[in-house]
Amino acid sequence: MRRSMLFIPGNTPNLLMNGDILGADAVILDLEDAVSPAEKDSARILVRNILKNLRYQGCEIIVRINPVDTDFWQKDLDEIIPLKPDLIMPPKSSSGDYVRTVSDYIGKLEEKCGFEKNTVKLIPLIETALGVENAYDIASACDRVAAIFLGAEDLTADLRCVRTKESREILYARQRLVTAARAAEVDVYDTPFTDVDDLEGLVKDAETAKSMGFTGKASISPRHVDGINTVFSPTEKEIAYAHEVMETIERAKKEGKGVVALRGKMIDAPIVNRAKRVLEMEKAIFGGED
Amino acid sequence: MEIKKSATAGTMESSDAFVMVSPADELITEINSVVYTQYGKAIEACVKETLASLGVTKGKVAVTDKGAIDCVIAARVETAVKRAGGEN
Amino acid sequence: MSKLVENIGEAIRKTGLKDGMTISFHHHMRNGDHVLNMVLEEVAKQGIKDITVNASSIFDVHEPIIDHIKNGVVTGIECNYMGSKVGHAICEGIMEKPVIFRTHGGRPSDMEKGTSHIDVAFIAAPTSDDMGNCTGKIGKSACGSIGYAFADAMNADKVVIVTDNLVPYPLTGASIPEVYADYVVAVDEIGDPKGIVSGTTKITRDPVGLRMAEYAARVIDASGLLKEGVSLQTGAGGATLAAAKFIKEIMLERGIVGSFGMGGITAYMVDMLEAGCFRSLIDVQCFDLDAVRSLRDDPRHMEVSATQYAGVSGKSAAVDSLDVVLLGATQVDVNFNVNVHTDSNGYIMGGSGGHSDTAAGSKLCIIIAPLTRARLPLVVDRALTISTPGKDVDVVVTQRGIAVNTRYGKNKELKEKLIAAHLPVCEIEDLKKKAEELSGVPASLPLSDRVVAKVLYRDGTEIDTIKAVK
Repeated sequence: MRRSMLFIPGNTPNLLMNGDILGADAVILDLEDAVSPAEKDSARILVRNILKNLRYQGCEIIVRINPVDTDFWQKDLDEIIPLKPDLIMPPKSSSGDYVRTVSDYIGKLEEKCGFEKNTVKLIPLIETALGVENAYDIASACDRVAAIFLGAEDLTADLRCVRTKESREILYARQRLVTAARAAEVDVYDTPFTDVDDLEGLVKDAETAKSMGFTGKASISPRHVDGINTVFSPTEKEIAYAHEVMETIERAKKEGKGVVALRGKMIDAPIVNRAKRVLEMEKAIFGGED
Repeated sequence: MEIKKSATAGTMESSDAFVMVSPADELITEINSVVYTQYGKAIEACVKETLASLGVTKGKVAVTDKGAIDCVIAARVETAVKRAGGEN
Repeated sequence: MSKLVENIGEAIRKTGLKDGMTISFHHHMRNGDHVLNMVLEEVAKQGIKDITVNASSIFDVHEPIIDHIKNGVVTGIECNYMGSKVGHAICEGIMEKPVIFRTHGGRPSDMEKGTSHIDVAFIAAPTSDDMGNCTGKIGKSACGSIGYAFADAMNADKVVIVTDNLVPYPLTGASIPEVYADYVVAVDEIGDPKGIVSGTTKITRDPVGLRMAEYAARVIDASGLLKEGVSLQTGAGGATLAAAKFIKEIMLERGIVGSFGMGGITAYMVDMLEAGCFRSLIDVQCFDLDAVRSLRDDPRHMEVSATQYAGVSGKSAAVDSLDVVLLGATQVDVNFNVNVHTDSNGYIMGGSGGHSDTAAGSKLCIIIAPLTRARLPLVVDRALTISTPGKDVDVVVTQRGIAVNTRYGKNKELKEKLIAAHLPVCEIEDLKKKAEELSGVPASLPLSDRVVAKVLYRDGTEIDTIKAVK
């Protein structure tokens, strides 16, 4: 389930120890922006030890490494890949080649560790104008890519515009990323909402992202996680409708009917697929009773 | 690995540890902890094990522990030693 | 007629205070209190020895008492709470007689039952007239409620009112009436306002604290108690305050109006009253200036004595009508006994206060505490000190699991309800195991056999002792 994705600074033991109880579906252990250049080594070793010794439960583990144009990214991967994180997030992903560079290096480490190929997935962070223009190229760069993620703070700097709460300036980037991700059949995460205290604004922003087709949304504050989860969870009405769809299909199958309608509306494959997704989320959220 | 110069790692925040290493002719460990009574021995063992795994046989290692768990202490010791050994 | 005397020294002489007697104080001035120190200094000056100090709480500001103990002026302490400075000295064994710890309800009830005798009570009063009608609601040192002092005034042989705001007779709307007062002393300052109130109480921003708070609010919701007329007490700790915020949101959303909020009252409880979450506040102690203001101005905000708050000597106490209480803990053991007296190294740094009174009286007692603090596991085999017995504790909420106390044949239904609400219910032993997986098993503390304090339950029976630290 990929609704919320929470950044945790890589050099803070207290937060790292509690990363899995903050309610996020995925945590991003951050070795990049949250860590000063002088502490890159200590964060890398700390995150490695935390992954080795603690068992995060009920959430995906993502590690954000340093960009490919630094001296750190390979060292990051050397230490982290043996611990089998679910995903690696390369920042400043600008092209398919960029992603494949990271992917190839991960592949070598996987082989060395005796892991199956593509065990560790990728979620490229797209946060430059070039990255946005190459969004489909990035999303379809290799089998390792499981999702893409929009980072609006760096992007707006690159676009030379002001980042606003209304987010009109990233409308194109959002649409572009969603379209690219869906075309490449991967998930897509929206940029964090950066006003930690504005919980109403957060919900509004998350609703906008959901309405545009995003799978989920990242967060830089644990206080935003619950709001994001709520917005990206199916509503009771959606769940009830999904059950109805599946029951109608079952009944039709038994009766040998080909074409089925529910309340006058044809149930076609997209509707069934949507219903299945809703029920999967229901199971993931509520532990699958009924 | 050899401790060639003085180096530090970690912080004084709760659940963290601050480690200071410096060259010495023998292996000296100094443990200061807010939970010394309960975990002093465990911390000492963790520090020594980490040093052994890094091949450190001499040097002074001073740990000021603020209630860090073993894997955090080990990370801070490793970072300090690697910094003192000229890595990074 | 006037009961006004020149100074504290004269008041002490007039009361006939002698070697071996017991004097009492309340702690509404908290860590800004000057009165206890002023009185003891004068007692020492007059050469009086072997005094027992019965104070509802001893704070760090009372550090000079350590020297009075060493000099034989003070030979006994009875209190409901003791800060770490004096607590540390006590645990090093500076006083021969063990400290007697009571609860906020047990202290006044023991006075009323006659098992605790006060020779002279010194009552710090932010405003008083010269006959001893006094209150904490107004004055430069206003502290709000002076609920802990009522029993002292009513039961001590002699009562001295100490004020820094003397007003003409009669003071109307007094909390304690003149009928109990023997003498009144005016001094420059009964306390430092900065230490009296903690300023504004803040809700925690710590993500772990917020997670626990959210769980606690969901536990209350799932219990079925969160309905019209609900009553609630929270501590002033960051996590319990955050829980109150979540509860407030639920109450407002569903239009639930509770009967009362209680306790040490904080700005947050005042906010809930003013937002319409409660019909009233029952206040034995104010924690901040908003609470003081509300108590003074809002008739729905009621000052009560410690006996009415939590005692066992009256025909009933407010805790008996309490639905839910949220409390903290330094340790909880596998039998749900809670320690709020001693720190992990065995030193005194707190006390029951109203902990065990509210735990006993409430329908649902929830303990909120992180699974580990600076590596130390919350849950242990045996609490270093039993402050509140496990039989009175219903639920322990940590960030990594919620344990329901189903020992003593209770709470089976509650446990089912919490599971049905998808809360992470586990056994108390699981919490211990999870913490030890993270931290390792802590070595046990070396404690001596010498008893430095006795812990009395609210009914006056001894439930535990505190040993000197080696």
